[in-house]
Parts: sequence; C-alpha cells; structure tokens
Amino acid sequence: MPVTDDVLDLTEVLASYDPVIGLEVHVELSTATKMFCGCATTFGAAPNTQTCPVCLGLPGALPVANAAAVDAAIRIGLALNCSIAQRCRFARKNYFYPDMTKNFQTSQYDEPIAFDGHLDVEVPTGDGGSFTYRVEIERAHMEEDAGKSTHVTTGGGSSRIVGADHSLLDYNRAGTPLVEIVTRPLVGAGEHAPAVARAYVGALRDIVRALDVSDARMEQGSLRCDANVSLRPRAGEDRRGPEQLAVPLGTRTETKNVNSLRSVERAVVYEMTRQGAVLGSGAAVTQETRHWHEDSGTTSAGRPKSDADDYRYFPEPDLVPVAPSAERVEKLRATLPEPPDRRRRRLQGEWGLSDLELRDVVGSGALDLIDASVAAGASPAGARKWWMGEVLRRANAQARELGEMGLTPEHVAELDALVGAGRLNDSMARQVLDGVLAGEGTPEQVADDRGLALVSDDGALTDAVDRVIAANEAVAAKVRGGKVAAAGALIGQVMKEMKGQADAAKVRALILERLGVAG
Amino acid sequence: MTDHPDLVRRSAARLAADLAARDVSAVEVVRAHLDRMDAVDGAVHAYLHRDDEGALATAREVDAARARGEALHPLAGVPVAVKDVACTVGQPTTAGSKMLEGWMPPYDATVVERLRAAGLPILGKTNMDEFAMGSSTEHSAYGVTRNPWDLTRVPGGSGGGSSAVLASFQAPLAVGSDTGGSIRQPAAVTGTVGTKPTYGGVSRYGVIALASSLDQIGPCARTVLDTALLHEVLAGHDPRDSTSIDAPVPPVVQAARRADVAGLRIGVVGGRDATGYQPGVLARFTEALDRLEAAGATVVDVACPHFDYAVAAYYLILPSEASSNLARYDAMRYGLRVDPSRGGASSAEQVMAASREAGFGDEVKRRIILGTYALSAGYVDAYYGQAQRVRTLVAHDFAAAFEQVDVLVSPTTPTTAYPIGEKVDDPLAMYRLDVTTIPANLAGVPGLSVPVGLADEDGLPVGLQVLAPAMADDRLYTVAAALERDLVDAWGAPLLDRAPEVSTSPVPTPTRQEA
Ligand SMILES: [Zn+2]
Repeated sequence: MPVTDDVLDLTEVLASYDPVIGLEVHVELSTATKMFCGCATTFGAAPNTQTCPVCLGLPGALPVANAAAVDAAIRIGLALNCSIAQRCRFARKNYFYPDMTKNFQTSQYDEPIAFDGHLDVEVPTGDGGSFTYRVEIERAHMEEDAGKSTHVTTGGGSSRIVGADHSLLDYNRAGTPLVEIVTRPLVGAGEHAPAVARAYVGALRDIVRALDVSDARMEQGSLRCDANVSLRPRAGEDRRGPEQLAVPLGTRTETKNVNSLRSVERAVVYEMTRQGAVLGSGAAVTQETRHWHEDSGTTSAGRPKSDADDYRYFPEPDLVPVAPSAERVEKLRATLPEPPDRRRRRLQGEWGLSDLELRDVVGSGALDLIDASVAAGASPAGARKWWMGEVLRRANAQARELGEMGLTPEHVAELDALVGAGRLNDSMARQVLDGVLAGEGTPEQVADDRGLALVSDDGALTDAVDRVIAANEAVAAKVRGGKVAAAGALIGQVMKEMKGQADAAKVRALILERLGVAG
Repeated sequence: MTDHPDLVRRSAARLAADLAARDVSAVEVVRAHLDRMDAVDGAVHAYLHRDDEGALATAREVDAARARGEALHPLAGVPVAVKDVACTVGQPTTAGSKMLEGWMPPYDATVVERLRAAGLPILGKTNMDEFAMGSSTEHSAYGVTRNPWDLTRVPGGSGGGSSAVLASFQAPLAVGSDTGGSIRQPAAVTGTVGTKPTYGGVSRYGVIALASSLDQIGPCARTVLDTALLHEVLAGHDPRDSTSIDAPVPPVVQAARRADVAGLRIGVVGGRDATGYQPGVLARFTEALDRLEAAGATVVDVACPHFDYAVAAYYLILPSEASSNLARYDAMRYGLRVDPSRGGASSAEQVMAASREAGFGDEVKRRIILGTYALSAGYVDAYYGQAQRVRTLVAHDFAAAFEQVDVLVSPTTPTTAYPIGEKVDDPLAMYRLDVTTIPANLAGVPGLSVPVGLADEDGLPVGLQVLAPAMADDRLYTVAAALERDLVDAWGAPLLDRAPEVSTSPVPTPTRQEA
C-alpha cells in the first residue's frame, strides 16, 4: 500500500504539541461457551460448526448471559481497581453488517459492569530507568464478538471487500464473550506517551493472563488494541500542569487492531508524527479510524468516524439486568491473584536480582517458569541459571518460546537437585538436559539411561589418584614443592582414568591431600 | 371407528375425559377436527398450514401409549392449534410475513416442546397479522381471517387465526401471543376465552419476537377451564429465556374449578360509566358486574389515571424494540432474498435493502420507521425514554389499584368486531382500540378475556377483561369461571351455540357482505 502521508520528526512534534492517548482493549474471554448460548468457543473449528439458533440469530431465539463470563468481567474489573455495578443492563448496539446475525451487537452502553478504576504501570525510560504512570480506567464492559467475513475474488482469495465477488461468513466466533476496557485520556506523558501505551497494554495482558480469563494473544486476536491519538498545543513547560490540562483535546484518530506490544508503541509514534505534519502544514486532523500496517509501520485512512454515529442504543429487553451481590463480588475478589507488578517486586527481592536482571527474566518470559521451578524445589539461582542459560540459548536457536521447549519446572528442579547433591557435574547436567529436551524422560531417567553419574565410591577414586601419583612422580614432586598449579595435569589424568565420571573439585582435593599440600 | 359428529364441539376437558375413558380415540378426535377444517376453513381461512400427518402420528402414539397402560398427561390426545409465531420443527413458521415464506425452523419453541411432551397433536399453524403487528389479521401477508360469527368481519388480531379456529370448532385449544392484546382482543370479538399470563410466566424461547419486553405467550380456548388446562401445559420456568420467572406456576386449574368470587374485591378501571365504549359492550359489561356482585364480590371503581397515556407510550416502546428485533431479517442467512441486480453483482447492503423492501408489509415498515426514529440520537430521550417513564407510572397505577382490590375488570375491547377493511387505512383508529388491553403488557401483569354476551345493536360477542397482580394468574380464572358458570346457566347453553353455522363456501372478497 503506497503511503503518501508526510511525517514530522518526533522531537519537533513534542516541542510544539502535547500528545493525548486513549486505549480501548478488547479481551476475548476463554470461557468454555459463548456469551449468550451454550456453543463451544474452541479456536480453529470448521466454519459454522459452533453455532446454534441463538448465535445465528434465528427467529425466536433468545440470549442468556453466561455466568462464567460475567464472573470473569467482574474479576478483570476488580484487578483494575474498578467499582463493580450493583445492577447493570446489557444494551443493543444497532447497525447492519452481514457478520452480525441479529444486526445488533449485545453490549453494554451507559451501565458497564465495572467503572472508575486505575492501573499503575512501570514505564521504561530508555536509559535503563523507569517511572510509574497511573492509567485511569473509565470502564470495562461485556459484549459479544461478531462473526468473520472472508471476501473472495475469483481466481484467488483476498481479504479486501473492494473488488470481491462474494463473501464467506463464519459465525463460529459470533457471540464469543469479550470484555472491552477503556481508559480515560492518558495525559502528561509527553515523550513517553508511546511507551506508556505499550506498558499499559503489556500490563493489562499480564493481568488477564494471571487471572486466567483469557490467553490474551495479540497475534491471534484474543487481545486487540485500538489506539486513540490526538495532539494539542503545548502550554508551557509542565505537561501535567493546570495550563496544559486546560487546553482542549485535539481531533483524534483511532488506529484499529494493533496486534503486538511493539506495534502499539510504533502506531502511537507514527500517528503523533503524522498528525504533527498535518497540523504543522496548517491543515486539520480528520476524525477517522486508521488501519495499522505492520510491515511499513504506518497507518492509512479508514472510515470517517463522527461522534454522531447513531447506534440507537437501548437496554436489551431479552436479558434481565446483571445484579451481582456484594457477597459474590467479595468471593471473586478473594480469587484475584497477586497483581503482576507487585509479584515481580516480591520475586526480585526473594531471588536477589538487580533491576536489569529482573527485566531480562521478564523479557525472556522466564518469570513464571523460574517461579514454578523454585516452587518445585529448585534454588532460585539454579532455576534462573538453567532457564536463562542453557534452555534460553537452545530456545533462541530454535526460535521457540521457553515454555514450548518440552521442559517442565519439575525437570529443572530435579536437574538442580542432582547437581546440588554432587551426582552430576555441569557437563553431565548439560547432557542430561539434552536428553530431557529430546524426550528421553525425566533427568533421573536420562542420567540412568545414559549412565551419567559421578563416582561417589571413594575407594575407586582414591585408587585412581594413587595410581596417577605413582606414575607421575616428577609432577607430584613439583606439587609437593609448592607448585600447586601443576596439579592440573594430575587431575586431568585422574578424570581420564575415571572416564569423566568424577567430580573434578573432589579429585583436586584428594590429590592435594595425598601430597600433603593445603588446597 | 365410531362416528362422533359432535366431537369438534366438545371442550378440551370433556375430550380429555372421553379419551381417558377410551370412549373415543385420539385418532378419531384428530380426524374429526381435520374433517371440520376441510369443511369450513376455506371460508374462515384461519390456518396458514395444516399438519394432518403430524397430528395423526401424535394421536396414534398417544392411543398406543394409552393401550399399553402408560401414564399420560391429562390433555394427551387433545388437539391444539399454534399461532404461526412459534417455531415448529416440521412445519413452516412465517409470522404471517412474506419475509419468512416457507421457512422451516430447525428447532421447536419451548411452548411447542411442552405441547409435544404432553402429547397434544398439533393440527397446524394459525394466521396472524404480520409479525403480530395489527388487531385484525388484515395485515397478514397471506390474507385475512374471517370472524366465524360474521364472515365479513375481522376475528381480531394479531391472533385472529387462533380465535377463529376456536370459534369455528376447528380446534378445542390454541396457543396465542399477546403484545398489546393479541390474545384477549380476538377472544373478546369471537366469543372465546384467552389469557395473557404474567410476563415471564410462559417461555418466549422460540417465539418470534415483536417487542421483547411486552410479548407474552398464552392459552386460548372456548371455556375458562380449558384455558387454564392449556395454561398449565405452557407455563413454567425455562432456563433458555432470561426473563422467565423461576417460581411455581400459579394454581390456575384449581382456581378455574373453584370459581368462587365470594368476598373478592373487584375494581372497575375508570368506573362503570366509562366513556368510549359501544353501548352494547357497556351494557353487557355492567350486567356482568351485577352478576359478580350477586355472587358475593365487592365491586368498586378504581382510578388508574396514567392509563390514558398507555397507548402513546406503547406505540413508542413497541416500534422501538420491533425495529431492532426485525433487523435480523436481512436475507443473509434465511428467508426471502431479493437480488436487485439479478446477476449477483449487488452488494450485501443492496440485497438487504431490496429484500426488506419486498418482504415486509406496510404496517411492519411503518413501525420499523417509527421505532428507528424513536431510538435515534437526539430523540431517544424524548420518545423512548419518555415512554419508559409512562410505563413506570402505569405500573405504579396497577400497584396502587391492587392495594385496594384483588382484581381489576374492564370491557376487553371498546367495540365488537368491525367490518373487514373498515379501519385498515386508519392505523391510529386501530391503535386506539388497544386502549383497554395495553396497560397489562406495559406492567407485565396477567389478563384474561371471557365472553359476557352479545351486543344488542349487532348481535356480536362482547368480552370482559380481568386483570390481576403479577404471578396471581389464578385469580383471573376464579373470576372468569364464576362469571362463565353464572352466564351459561342463565343462557342455558354456551355463547358459541348462538353463533351461526359457518358457510362452507369461501367468501370471495374482503368487503362484500355475506349473502
Ligand atoms: Zn450458539
């Protein structure tokens, strides 16, 4: 797609304008069934096999709200420090589109299940430091997803409606439960606005994963982000001061379906620089949706959007209001996991990591694995050494995620214990790891099968040491004479005699002891 | 096989007893009704679809089960007709619209499931105004149904088909739906009985929606007891309908059998000399009040000041909800599909527009436009919002009234059945006739219409409406059964015995007088 938009340098944009960001995140809930019917939500089923009269919108069919989805929405709200509505209704959002079976979306309008929350996010500053930014949450509400259209042209598929001969509709996704989380305008972040946006979406993703309410995979669309960006003139130095806050918000654009954390940051930067060029030329920003192009890192104009879009909302008369009792809300609150940022701080302390080490652990996706390995009995240092060392190296080489390597935290704990007990040395442990990764069994099994174990029989080792000393009297004399470094040759010989199945440190100690030299 | 020429005139309760005593078989009962349909439905046009084979198959199963000595539902083998608004597997379901011509639902409405589970043979689907929008069946896309009392007149609506099959002895029981009076008003103008249960008392699952917050499914029959018996089959909690009430069904059959109004406080909505009623309607109504008083009830006047605004509120809420409920008929998945280009080059939007233009009748379009407007940004509060506030006031009127009295009564309709064609071009005149029945739908309370005689000026049936608090549906049946017993005693025979025998030749044009 040719992109003709001019962009302004980001520094110049920031010199003249104050960016304001708004984020709308759709989280697809991983409930077993859909929002308003009993159909399965399994990903990847044959088209239209997971449908029923309700999600197909057949005449006469009626919705019933999925209690598990309501619970999940409440838990998300609580995790975002929201108030939970004592009573709220669903609403119909009316518009015609073939992927909507009823031609209205059952959503929530002026009565969201959760509202007035906040999330404190840790925003890296790019120089190794970071700061905390409080994102105000306006609301989190429940709604249903639409079906999926595939536009087809003769002689080849296409995803664009223009020029398509016909469209194929798959309603498997129709009625899948979604929670939409909407922020208040994020102001005062200035140059860090793109990083704030990224940090927020990342933090939100971690929270819904920790809540176990969604797999939150942006690349699969189970977490989708729309980024609203606008610029307003600067009013003095202080971006969070009353003068700046009094400046009316500029015209915003909404960039749809940004599908990775990195893209969230890039899309915000792009829109800032594009809008900066528009405003700098004396023109006005058009209020519209914009499409994000991952390959070029740009956005292009979509549908003009006005505040007058008329969805003729009204309360959904087919559904009774959702009225969670205070008792139910408190029960759900008790199920909340430790907030991810607090957990990170705690583990950092427990494991004794520096900020940089923590960031590496988090960045490589090893936090949960190390934590689970420690829970399975590994030492924090040992667990971290394996996951961040040998396993990560192999994962990177194979372009796979740590969690996809076929190694469990229990395996790592066992490996760590074998080394700690002196049954394996480092090189043997690496061989055992290869065996486990190759699917040969647990570390114990692999060590047994491959005959990997340090000889713990002191008699055999002592005999070997004595034989080697006797055969290398000249070297032994040097050592006795104080040249301890010369013992290396003896150690190598003993290890050879023992076919590597000995602990080198122990061999060294034994040799020095026999020769009457202090280690 | 025994010949029972009077089988079709028997009540459902009587047929149930005869079947249980094996005086007659379910197959004989169904055949008698099919024969009656052959004879008179050409003139009445109450059925849109007949399921002779399906009804006979059910009857045979019931007979076989009875022969094996199995425990059966008391109404097993008693046939029933179903308004074409309820989804039925194996029979088309059209809601009286071209939009759904020939549409075969892949599932049964909950009420249909219940009928099947109880072993009631379903004779067919009855005519109705398109998507239940109307009070006369004149808005059916498949032609008007005629009133068996006078084939030049309407049978009421939207459930005119269900009331007409009862009044012409083509079924002893029928299922209707009532959004603003579509069960009670047809019952009144055909001399039959019909109940709109408490909102949430009967599942709406599988019944094509008109206005979700107003629609209620209910029983229709020729006697109060029969109506109660069918009510019991239809009612009860359904987890597939979010608005379904999870509570025991009120003891309606027991109440119909008790039929005792001694000590009951009865309120007359607007007073005995309320204006706007046809004289013959008011005369029969006040006589009925005298009978209730004579039977030991206390009758007092009750003011419900906000009922005056009910029609206006109703005709904003109904179109608003209907405009959204009917959005699904877009030709994308089922129903009528019109391709304006004929060559397949039309966009989805063009196909949607052309199909909706061709598939919906004028009254449906009128209400979709009205509802779309009432929900539009900038207007929604003044129209839909204001109507909802009136609705709350109407509910408060009922609550206040039911603190003083146990039930409310009024004439079911301001007039008797009017001639076909008389009001079809004056929608506002037609809307205004719903004034008596609409408040119950706005408040969700139950209502029933029972025949109380014929108007002197035209010799046509008059109905009395009983209204009760939510989930006190049993009170409707106590009052109506007491009145019915008293009246039938006085008349010496059921009112329908005075109806003329239906001509067996079809009537050619809607407005021509019967020769
Ligand atoms: Zn479904």
